[in-house]
Amino acid sequence: MSVATTNACKLCTPLGATLAFRGIESAVPFLHGSQGCATYMRRYIISHFREPMDIASSSLGEKHAIHGGGPNLKKGLLNAMQKYGAKVLGVATTCLTETIGDDVARLLTEFRREFADLPLAELVHVSTPSYNGTHMDGFHDAVRAVAEQLCTGRVPAHGGVNLMPGFVSPADIRHLRSLCRAFGLTPLILPDISETLDGPALLDYAPIPSGGTPLTGIRAMSGASASLEFGRCLAGRDTAGTSLRDRFNVPLHSLGLPLGIRETDALVRALEEISGRPAPDKLQQERGRLVDALVDGHKYVSGLKAVVYGEEDLVVGLCAWLSEIGVRPVLAATGARNRHLEDRVLEACGDLLREKPLVREGADFQDIAEEAKALSPDLLVGHSKGYRYAREWNVPLLRVGFPLHDRFGGQRLLHVGYRGAQSLFDSLVNLVLDKRQSDSSVGYGYL
Amino acid sequence: MSESAPAIFEERKDQIARVGEGSFALACNRDSLAGAVSQRACVFCGSRVVLYPIADALHLVHGPIGCAAYTWDIRGALSSGPELHRLSFSTDLQELDVIFGGEKKLARSLDELIPLHRPKAAFVYSTCIVGLIGDDLAAVCKAAAERHGIPVIPVQSEGFKGNKREGYAAACKAMATLVGTGDTGGIPRLSVNILGDFNLAGETWIIKDYFDRLGVAVVAGVTGDGRVDDLRRAHGAGLNLVQCSGATMDLAKIMQEKYGTPVIKVSWIGIEDVAESLYAVAEHFKHLDPALPARTAALVRDELAALMPRLKELRRDLEGRKAAVYVGGAFKAFSLIKAFRHLGMQVAIVGSQTGTEEDYRELAAICDPGTIVVDDANPLELSAFLKEKDVDVFVGGVKERPIAHKLGVGFCDHNHERKIALEGFVGMLNFAKEIHASVMSPVWRFVPRREKKEVRP
Repeated sequence: MSVATTNACKLCTPLGATLAFRGIESAVPFLHGSQGCATYMRRYIISHFREPMDIASSSLGEKHAIHGGGPNLKKGLLNAMQKYGAKVLGVATTCLTETIGDDVARLLTEFRREFADLPLAELVHVSTPSYNGTHMDGFHDAVRAVAEQLCTGRVPAHGGVNLMPGFVSPADIRHLRSLCRAFGLTPLILPDISETLDGPALLDYAPIPSGGTPLTGIRAMSGASASLEFGRCLAGRDTAGTSLRDRFNVPLHSLGLPLGIRETDALVRALEEISGRPAPDKLQQERGRLVDALVDGHKYVSGLKAVVYGEEDLVVGLCAWLSEIGVRPVLAATGARNRHLEDRVLEACGDLLREKPLVREGADFQDIAEEAKALSPDLLVGHSKGYRYAREWNVPLLRVGFPLHDRFGGQRLLHVGYRGAQSLFDSLVNLVLDKRQSDSSVGYGYL
Repeated sequence: MSESAPAIFEERKDQIARVGEGSFALACNRDSLAGAVSQRACVFCGSRVVLYPIADALHLVHGPIGCAAYTWDIRGALSSGPELHRLSFSTDLQELDVIFGGEKKLARSLDELIPLHRPKAAFVYSTCIVGLIGDDLAAVCKAAAERHGIPVIPVQSEGFKGNKREGYAAACKAMATLVGTGDTGGIPRLSVNILGDFNLAGETWIIKDYFDRLGVAVVAGVTGDGRVDDLRRAHGAGLNLVQCSGATMDLAKIMQEKYGTPVIKVSWIGIEDVAESLYAVAEHFKHLDPALPARTAALVRDELAALMPRLKELRRDLEGRKAAVYVGGAFKAFSLIKAFRHLGMQVAIVGSQTGTEEDYRELAAICDPGTIVVDDANPLELSAFLKEKDVDVFVGGVKERPIAHKLGVGFCDHNHERKIALEGFVGMLNFAKEIHASVMSPVWRFVPRREKKEVRP
């Protein structure tokens, strides 16, 4: 593996934290660092969601880097509270402030004391040095920080469930909510970007978009009857789910990202168990329609070789789904490291894999391209940044996840559940047909 | 003062002014206010955007992954040849590198990438963290240059050391080390460098085509469709044409001092500004080529003859409508105000990230009374101004787009990511079409602010 990184297959840690904080009601994501970090991340996120993504920054300059960023942090927090009306400020660090050694926890304690006479926002702090981990680490750590720092007391059991879905689309979150409700369960989804990053046109600019996980709900997570947490690669890590389990005995169901039939079946079983109700007929019908579609379309995709890349848990879920429809994942790659990706992929695919795919962690797109050379894939599955390679190899790219910078409607892309599997399958088959049609000199009208 | 006052931070009040309300003064060139969600970027961003289009150079970002990831293939800066600039290279510093220093990793990265991609030069960008851990970028670059026999140029662009302007300066300093190292043989006296144009959507080629037709040679695009060898011999050109003065004026000044290359400030946006820029070049060279002014006039005439009738058609629908402009540098704002006048439109809000006091004073002088002029704005202010002035279209960059769209206001991307050429006379037509397409869309009928209006008695 090369020393330099060429065309990274990951993003920096604080970006994930800002996304997680955007999913908290009345929260402003706040980066403690130089102005550029916030601006770059805003631009990157806006290009996917096509929604406002205001990230406040302590805008450190040279003198702050030398003398400490504390005063600017405090001033920035006050400004974000007063002008944005933030009820929660999610403070994530950057490589700059981690390296100059700002003790953010202490600074926040000082802030609370110095401004005790004001109605202060809740302050959540997560350490996200960009030289450590990827945006998914920032995301999960921010979610855990929210649960740990805002849900601090035991509340009476209320029968709701906590759902930590990981970084999924607004459409996914809406679907997961209705799935839980179909079992009579009231989910508290953390974080919830379903409205904050996919909202309606407005008469007035909302300094903080409406929606997001409500603070009252977060405080009551300790009284939930169970937690559901998605992401096989989270195994062995401290997460929001393990924190609630360890502190308040909230039973934790750790599941894979529910992509495809079997991972969704596992979610349905968990919901049945938690609710004590069988899956509603409507859901059985959705599953039945999906299976019917897989049968109808199986030959279009059977035996295709796919290169799958991106966030570790998305890669695992995609491999699980692809292996069900007869597409062979030949290479599974992520920019993240130390995620036991190979074990997780094998686990999720189970006996449907006829051959083990190559699995690469810490990969950039140059590594992916080099591996792919010998594999001659028919298909790429992942976010927009693989487009350059799809184009070079003249194979279709099934666009999923984040970022989708070259397509419209990324926030409305459904991945999870039977319906997500259906929509991914329809897209994939049509992608294959489109290529067949455009490659053929005949111009078939029936395919 | 106005209904938008609650959106304005006390500390920022003197960075906002209204034309015609007392004597005009605007504070600027300050550090962004913490917590205010500035639309500005950082020093690194300034350097990266300026150098980005140099297509046969290796652009290696020394730091953790973010800075490289967010600038991968970010600009629509086209190249007529190599496209090395469209790849993203990073040393992707990890925790241990931060503790023990990143110099070795940087050197090894250069040793790996240079033989693989065979660039004509390498730019090594410093990021926040490199400024803190004390890597000796200059020494590593110097040694690598000796090993590989190409210029390896450190760009001192630590993000926190200011805003984009300092980044422009660092980029100019880096380019200045190349200028003067190439052979100027064969360069005619009637020749120019095109500075401050980045060949977004092929814009440099539009301008270059004018000069081809006029018989003026273009030596180097700085940095549109840029090449290392062109930069090396850029001092052989007879004249530097500087657009987007913030970004490349420093290089022009260095070249003026060192090589005596004269400078003209130009703008390739709008109608008058493009024409005046071409006339200024003709005027400059007329002692060498007395027929040049006449040829230039003919070119402008031909272009206008093709443009004006089409513009007139579009203007019919746009007459009397209002626009807002928020851009990186102030030069573009000037040209856009004039361009909008050709569409019969008034600019009601104008601002920039990095304008100077002089820029703003001059801007105010050409604006209509009541126009809001703002330095280093943020979403709260911009949205309040949009609402107050009830504009039909907002011209800005990616970060401004969702503010406009959320409020149901049309939008025109006039920034790095644009895929439509907006420079030259053809650019004016494209611009008018863009504005027309956005303003005239029926979708505004369904957005809350217009729906509400219609039910008003």
